[in-house]
Amino acid sequence: MTDHELIWRIAGGSGDGIASTSQNFAKALMRAGLHVFTHRHYPSRIRGGHTYTEVRVSADPVKSRGDGYNFLLALGDSFARNPSEGAYYGNEEIKPLSENLDELNEGGVIVYDSGLLDASEIEDFDERVEENDWHVYDIDLRTIAREHGREVMRNTAGVAVTCAIAGIEPDVIKSLMSDAMPDKILEPNLTVFDDAYEMVQEEYDVEAPDVSAPTGEHDEEQVLLSGSDAIAYGAIDEGCRFIAGYPMTPWTEVFTIMTQNLPELGGISEQVEDEIAAAALAIGASHAGVKAMSGSSGGGFSLMSEPLGLAEITETPLVLVEAMRAGPSTGMPTKPEQSDLEHVLYTSQGDSHRIVFAPGNAAEAYYQTRKAFQIAYEYQIPSIVLYDQKLGGELSNVPASVFDEEPNADLGSVLTEAELEDAPHDDSGKYQRFQHDTENGVSPRSLPGQKGGRYLATGNEHMPAGHISESPENRVAQMNRRMQKVDNIRAELDADGEFNTVHGDEDADLGLITFGSQQGTVEEAADVLNEKGHSVKVLGVSEMMPFPKQQVAEFLDSVDEALVVEMTASAQFRGLISKELGGYGDQMSSLLKYNGNPFEPADIVEGFETALLEGEELPDNRTKFVPKVGE
Amino acid sequence: MSAFSAIGEETEQDQNEFTPGLEPQPTWCPGCGDFGVLKALKGAAAELGLSPDEMMVTTGIGCSGKLNSYFNSYGFHTIHGRSLPIARAAKLANPGLTVVAAGGDGDGYGIGGNHFMHTARENHDITYIVFNNEIFGLTKGQTSPTSPMGHKSKTQPHGSAKTPLRPLSMSLNAGASYVARTAAVNPNQAKDIIVEAIQHDGFSHVDFLTQCPTWNKDARQYVPYIDINDSDDYEFDNTNRSEASEMMFETENALHEGTVLTGRYYVDEDRPSYQQEKQRIGEMPEEPLAERYFDDSYEWERTFDNFLDKHK
Repeated sequence: MTDHELIWRIAGGSGDGIASTSQNFAKALMRAGLHVFTHRHYPSRIRGGHTYTEVRVSADPVKSRGDGYNFLLALGDSFARNPSEGAYYGNEEIKPLSENLDELNEGGVIVYDSGLLDASEIEDFDERVEENDWHVYDIDLRTIAREHGREVMRNTAGVAVTCAIAGIEPDVIKSLMSDAMPDKILEPNLTVFDDAYEMVQEEYDVEAPDVSAPTGEHDEEQVLLSGSDAIAYGAIDEGCRFIAGYPMTPWTEVFTIMTQNLPELGGISEQVEDEIAAAALAIGASHAGVKAMSGSSGGGFSLMSEPLGLAEITETPLVLVEAMRAGPSTGMPTKPEQSDLEHVLYTSQGDSHRIVFAPGNAAEAYYQTRKAFQIAYEYQIPSIVLYDQKLGGELSNVPASVFDEEPNADLGSVLTEAELEDAPHDDSGKYQRFQHDTENGVSPRSLPGQKGGRYLATGNEHMPAGHISESPENRVAQMNRRMQKVDNIRAELDADGEFNTVHGDEDADLGLITFGSQQGTVEEAADVLNEKGHSVKVLGVSEMMPFPKQQVAEFLDSVDEALVVEMTASAQFRGLISKELGGYGDQMSSLLKYNGNPFEPADIVEGFETALLEGEELPDNRTKFVPKVGE
Repeated sequence: MSAFSAIGEETEQDQNEFTPGLEPQPTWCPGCGDFGVLKALKGAAAELGLSPDEMMVTTGIGCSGKLNSYFNSYGFHTIHGRSLPIARAAKLANPGLTVVAAGGDGDGYGIGGNHFMHTARENHDITYIVFNNEIFGLTKGQTSPTSPMGHKSKTQPHGSAKTPLRPLSMSLNAGASYVARTAAVNPNQAKDIIVEAIQHDGFSHVDFLTQCPTWNKDARQYVPYIDINDSDDYEFDNTNRSEASEMMFETENALHEGTVLTGRYYVDEDRPSYQQEKQRIGEMPEEPLAERYFDDSYEWERTFDNFLDKHK
């Protein structure tokens, strides 16, 4: 974090409007010309329980949540449980204040609602404030809110206090409120805002703000959106007009965005009985000639294993998205992890052959979802977009121009009825949809209802017209052709060279390697390390399967050693690199994090310096260092 | 012009048109009831004047799953229990298709039971034929969800402690709008019922008794059978839900006491199909979605024009 940044954390209870308030705050500051990045922390609970959202605000582009934070707005938890002796949850009422102190940076600001929170209930509160040079504002936000509106408007009062202290122009927020709120609640909210703002102006010395918001200007128009938005929009721009799903956190976001938008696009969304059905419906729609998708998170994706294998052998285009969360089983439903990597790469019957992309940010999520559709429909193969609760839920500003792309509804390798007339058929008129010899492994498909296109699709091994066969010659021919498609896709991706990201000086001595959503955080850590005099570069891998062997090997060859950063407990990504490259185990160490919170840049800086370079123990168990083979 | 010209095309078909040249003869055991389903389906398709290219037959896994290997149309031999979700989606994608799903009693009432229940509930306009032989055939004779209580097999050496599942009652309660039972030994009724089932606008469930001469030797050949709609002994109104329910209950009990009852148990012509309901609430286009991808004049919407404003 630089001096010019505000990292604002709004904390309260689930159901208290923390998410919407922070989203409006972030958007308002984006409109004011700043770069923003959010981080959501919430429990698997609808009403009550410790929740917060951080909004990082900077004049320069930001790629992560940053390190710690410097401004706390602690509101009450309306649905806190009563404290009870022996209950593990302790005093929930005070948590919006007490739970957030550990990560607050030195010199930071605390604003808390003294109408609901009593700081004297926190052990050593005053001592900690003094020790850390925190600046505390105890303000009865609840009373201000009640005076002109309803208690829930204390969020607005809190935002107004934030503006007054951090030097944010009130109009920045108020104009957004006017856009976002219906008339009925707008007026009282604006009054609450003014009241709170003026009160701070009058009662505190705001001429010398302790932590101030930066000012900035964008080169071009920006939009504020999440990874989930970007995935859904990528699908829509590829002509996806059918989605089937079953709710599961955090995949539900993509499912919801698609479902809300598809009717106006003349598309179809189906919420079905389970994830087996969801994936099967996507296969059925795609088989019949509609661009379709489904998705889930860990547990639900487990149910999709079986249809996934069916799509592979029947060569049905299929796009799935998998939103990882902490596992195994139900794990921690609202916390990010990357530990479904191996699950997604290999699950289902037989030799898996599929495409897996793990985008590193919202813009990549948009492009890679589009590419996933293009490959799925051209090569008749399942494509999976692998992301997680972090990328799915975090908001950041992206240039609007990223989305200024032409739509593409091309169905890929499909024959028309006219083309079917000249295609090979058997004696009873069945089209030979699975021909052995094709140019690039792809045998074009027909669609039910097309004259002259009938064939049998089957999960059994099959002959060219689809009939079941266990002939060894046919088996090898079909298997080789299907596997050949993967090689051809690899060659296409190599030629594109778009999706894996190298960051830092080409001649750097040491490497950081990561995949998916941690990319921005790792890049910021590398910048810090380089500023401190180290020589580090980053490889962020998005092409998980087929794996970019050559590019990763070249990266590893170019550095003395590398630290592989991933949110798993068993170093799955490092294992993938070793498996794919057949070595390099003595060159790669791991930094793992699986406590439910995503990496902060400082975690990586510490892991790199303390564990990798100095060979010392890490001070706590937030992250785990696993040395390279032989150490 | 439609990109799917086989749909709705007026044709006169001989039922032999539905015999695939590559695999004209099924591999089912001699005397198997499955032949009866195949024959009835071919007869029904020919009678309805359907073209092989406008039919999609999806199947599950088991002896019954091979139905579409021996039937000349578009086919999708899926995975165990999953013929219905694939059939449903194909119908939503291109509603002009005639979609028939099929599978065995283990496939449909066991592993695929959840899909069966929900497809019936949603009333998709598809026909579902369940080959009910009260046993697992292709895996060599294990007890199935419809096997009678006390049924002995290698996986139930002491006889099944479970009462058999009630397919007709389950279907009615789940929401199917056409429920019938027929038997392989009753070819004319079987063909007529499949014709009606395909014509019915909604989810049609046909529980098709198919004797298994290899693994279920104790079971009857499902003869003699009684057609409840023709018999004076069974007076009931099959458009009346309560009467249908009672008749189904009696039929399911009777089977295990040696009396084979068949016929049309429930017919609801008033309930809109799922597609109609979905179009009514504005969540499904009037034109088949599959056609749009071949319409060169269609202006595909894009994010930049449609969705970005709310993010600014």
